Amino acid sequence: MTAAVADAQRRTAESRKIRQFITPEGVDLELKIASSGLRLGALIIDIILILIILTLFSLAMLWAGMASRSDMMVVVWMLGAFVLRTFWFIGFELGQRAATPGKRLMGIRVVARDGGRLTADAVVARNLIRELELFLPLMMLGVGAAEDMVSGWTILAGVAWSLTLSLFLLFNRDRMRMGDLIAGTWVVMAKRAKLDADIAAGSDQGDAIRFSDAELGVYGIFELQELERVLRVRDPRAMREVADTIRAKIGRPVAEEDDAFLLSYYRQLKTRLERKLLFGKRREDKYASD
Amino acid sequence: MIPAAPAARTIDAPSFSTSRFRAEREADWIAFDALLTRLEKRGAKALTSDELLQLPLLYRATLSSLSIARATSLDKALLDHLEALSIRGYFLVYGVRETRLSRLRRFFLYDWPAAVRAVWKETVIIALIILLGALTSGSLVASDPQWYFNFVEEEMAGGRDPRASVEYLQSTLGHGKAAGEQEDGLHVFATYLFTHNSRVSIMSFALGFAFGVPTMMLEFYQGIGLGAMLALFSSKGLGFEFGGWLFIHGTTELFAAALSGAAGLRIGAAVVFPGARGRLQAASDAGRTAGKVMVGVILMLLVAGLLEGFGRQLITDTMLRYGIGTLMLLFWLAYYYIPRREDVA
Repeated sequence: MTAAVADAQRRTAESRKIRQFITPEGVDLELKIASSGLRLGALIIDIILILIILTLFSLAMLWAGMASRSDMMVVVWMLGAFVLRTFWFIGFELGQRAATPGKRLMGIRVVARDGGRLTADAVVARNLIRELELFLPLMMLGVGAAEDMVSGWTILAGVAWSLTLSLFLLFNRDRMRMGDLIAGTWVVMAKRAKLDADIAAGSDQGDAIRFSDAELGVYGIFELQELERVLRVRDPRAMREVADTIRAKIGRPVAEEDDAFLLSYYRQLKTRLERKLLFGKRREDKYASD
Repeated sequence: MIPAAPAARTIDAPSFSTSRFRAEREADWIAFDALLTRLEKRGAKALTSDELLQLPLLYRATLSSLSIARATSLDKALLDHLEALSIRGYFLVYGVRETRLSRLRRFFLYDWPAAVRAVWKETVIIALIILLGALTSGSLVASDPQWYFNFVEEEMAGGRDPRASVEYLQSTLGHGKAAGEQEDGLHVFATYLFTHNSRVSIMSFALGFAFGVPTMMLEFYQGIGLGAMLALFSSKGLGFEFGGWLFIHGTTELFAAALSGAAGLRIGAAVVFPGARGRLQAASDAGRTAGKVMVGVILMLLVAGLLEGFGRQLITDTMLRYGIGTLMLLFWLAYYYIPRREDVA
């Protein structure tokens, strides 16, 4: 029962990350809020990219400055660094995919919270606030270190205060940064999913083993989709483990190959659950009544 | 991995089945995916007009497939694919409907001045705060020069303090003997001023959400420095020259500073007094207006940096400095506040 409770908790936690997002056609796209870990990952990738570009740019300017013996390069360098730092995020998020390279790698994107289109002013607002979120804690530390007159406790209070701003996204359900809040945006998952083959459609060995209604009646949709995942990954050890669990549950001896057994079971379970679905009965998992 | 089913078998299946559903619709999804990929990579120009007309049809077909699949299919991979495809499609189909050029044109013609007009109350408040700061420090320094050291930091002042001689102070304004020496690093200086001021403005905007209090403090502090300097120079009889030195770029720069503070204050005020809207809604409405103002502020600071770095160092005549400063101020006021027809597009 404890396992059941933990499982149910995990799934409600996951479903709470899904936000309604209805298109003009009336279909709910069910956007999924990006986790804070992904956001941090994207930020780190972007910062690393910025630093790499800045280093290369500095070296190029240094070389050009040496060659031309003028301080014009200093100007170009300062402007370049400013533009890079301020407009890296803004420029990329204004593009078609509304994502910086870091965000794109993590499979996330920025969208307007009200379902409208993402406007330039929203992108500008959310990214100018970033300046504050990133640098205020550092500035607090810097000021504290530079001036001896402030005590350690004052520095600590300042850093703690600025960190609550920077870590604001940890304290709300929608994982909004301060900037997201003010610009009216969200960061959501935008992962691409390849169209995988339909494993229920093959004709070869799917009906080799027949299962009785009682044998199929022990599982629900959640288990079916976990089984689908195992079948798609095709890791022999995982398949053996799952096959043994199912056999134990329905009381069958080990008689067939694991993959043939699992595929048959998957197909017949899917057919059974989908038929029920057509009649309006959705059995979420094995704990729900059949 | 798993051999695909022969198409004939699934099509011939007697009643509704998810395999049959997929076999019938799959071609649409693949076509939509291919169109989207090309659109994302190379923009709308990559598509022929036939393909462009196909786009909304395929989009709606995919959305309809998603609805059916959600109601009938339990194939997780299929559901995930359709969901991801619909999300991608939605943001492209309902995404930006303007070219970059027309967006830019609209920003300069309508959006920027309209956003600045929208924050006029906050602008007045911030301007008064800067003025108050200047008056406070000005009157204190005028009554007792020792106050000066409390207001202006040592390295900022660069020797411009009550102990300095009149000649030295005059030279810092670009008059007299020492003036010529500064001219080498003009552009470097201008760029430095621009990036530094932009950062300060972004900060004063970004601090706005803390109910606008830090923004107002920052702007007050700017006024303090200004007032102290002004009092110092007038006490040595250089008030008029200092005014010109400040005026040439100051009208633009202080205007920009006031606008950035106003943008911050707008957000702070929206958070405290959201009115009939929800607090989140009010904050995001204010944030969008403020975002437009801030792009304008950065552009204004670029102009101010040029005026400060080049104009002020090259033009040493005080009357000319006043003239240019006034002209700039009139230009900004006219650009922002002269009423015009609203954007109809």
